[in-house]
Amino acid sequence: MRNLFTQHRAALVLTVMRMLDAPLATLLTVFVIGIALSLPLGLYLLVDNLGQIAANSQGQPEISIFLKDNAGSAVRRNLEAKLDERAEVKEYRFVPRDEALNELSKNMGLSDAAAILGKNPLPDAFVVTAQDADPDKLDQLRQDMQAWPGVHSAKLDSEWARRLNAFLRLGQQAVWLLAALLGFALAAVGFNTIRLQILALRDEIEVSRLLGATDAFIRRPYLYLGMLQGLLGGLAAWLIVASAFALINLRVAEIASLYNLNYLLDSLSWRDGLAVLASAAILGWIGAYLAADQHLRGAGAAH
Amino acid sequence: MITFSQVTKRYRGGTEALKDLSFTIESGEMVVLTGPSGAGKTTLLKLVAAIERPTQGSVLVHGQNVGALTRGAVPYLRRNIGMVFQEGRLLFDRNVFENVVLPLRIIGMPQREAAKRVRAALDKVGLLEKEKARPVTLSGGEQQRLAIARAIVNRPAILIADEPTGNLDPDYAQQLMDMFVAFNQVGVTLLLATHDPNLATHSTSRVLHLRGGALQA
Repeated sequence: MRNLFTQHRAALVLTVMRMLDAPLATLLTVFVIGIALSLPLGLYLLVDNLGQIAANSQGQPEISIFLKDNAGSAVRRNLEAKLDERAEVKEYRFVPRDEALNELSKNMGLSDAAAILGKNPLPDAFVVTAQDADPDKLDQLRQDMQAWPGVHSAKLDSEWARRLNAFLRLGQQAVWLLAALLGFALAAVGFNTIRLQILALRDEIEVSRLLGATDAFIRRPYLYLGMLQGLLGGLAAWLIVASAFALINLRVAEIASLYNLNYLLDSLSWRDGLAVLASAAILGWIGAYLAADQHLRGAGAAH
Repeated sequence: MITFSQVTKRYRGGTEALKDLSFTIESGEMVVLTGPSGAGKTTLLKLVAAIERPTQGSVLVHGQNVGALTRGAVPYLRRNIGMVFQEGRLLFDRNVFENVVLPLRIIGMPQREAAKRVRAALDKVGLLEKEKARPVTLSGGEQQRLAIARAIVNRPAILIADEPTGNLDPDYAQQLMDMFVAFNQVGVTLLLATHDPNLATHSTSRVLHLRGGALQA
């Protein structure tokens, strides 16, 4: 047990010394891994942030019912009765066309929109808030309303959010695809750097074998090297993404303040960051194992 | 300790390095293997350390059939055999101490104990003051002594050496031979291969003369 600990510590020390012996090569490898990882990581964060925006905007499940031009007060009362009947409807508000126009001209900063337009183009409308934000139920309700007499059209205000959601799912898929590809690339980078180092230290491996070293002993420093490279690469990716988001957030804060919003993009959470470190270390280890195994098998066949 | 029974070694391509070879080396013996180059001396030593495996026959070391060892068992056999190679096989990117400590690192000996053993081994070969030196800065004789220190640091029961006095002048060669005799006197089984007939006659050891892969009386 104590021997094993001694051996692992010796292998780790040896590995760190070797990395420090070739600082530039180590740095470059770490950066390659870091940049490769930061691409899917950054994309993941962007998609995640957009997802949060979409989720927040869906908080108010609203349907707007626009009435036909010629709809009179009888139609309006009929619709109010129907709305009262539906259990899915939480509350509703009638918005007369004049009020809608006033609001529009206020929002657009026009003193008198009616004067410019000549005639009010807006219809009377109901704004209905539903009990339930479930998109399918909302859509069913909207279709029912669409068929009511005197209704020109019923629009789900959260439709754009649903579309955004579909795009986000696409984005998430792209993230995973990219992550898988770059994960593979990471293992390949690990494999190649370790293979080069093994070739450079061929004599030492050969001598060690003659002196009674087991495969595990020979492999050990390379496994540590692959793992450490992965770990440092993961750390580099974390740093890159965190700095990029800090920079972007300066602009986001500026834009948000123009809209009177207090909004910032979420950067990488501790949990996600540690997961990145762990997976990078594991991938580096795998690459190193494959390289070492390939070499040992080749050398084993010769003897 | 070491028993060859009807051992034949044929290399790929058909070269027959050893032909139907049988002999036994007892524990504590000192055996000098002589013969011209190409007689099969190096092959014989390689069979003892499982660097090569016999094509026919069996090689027993410590009662183990070396030719039948699994890949995983070979390292444990080698830990009991100190080896000095013709070409030294030193690691030139490490200092003298680091070269000698390698076998102890391999068996996972704690640092402090290992350092003591390394200094004892260096003392025996007269290189104690050079422990920080790089092998390149050593003379040929010193390099060979360094290789010997590395071979004995783990206190193996068997020491095999392939032309340990290869490129050294006669005085120096004799010094090394005296050193080997001293190891043998403390109980190490020795198997030395050399093409230098003078060395064989100098020592009190048993001589095996190899020619064309077969033993000669």
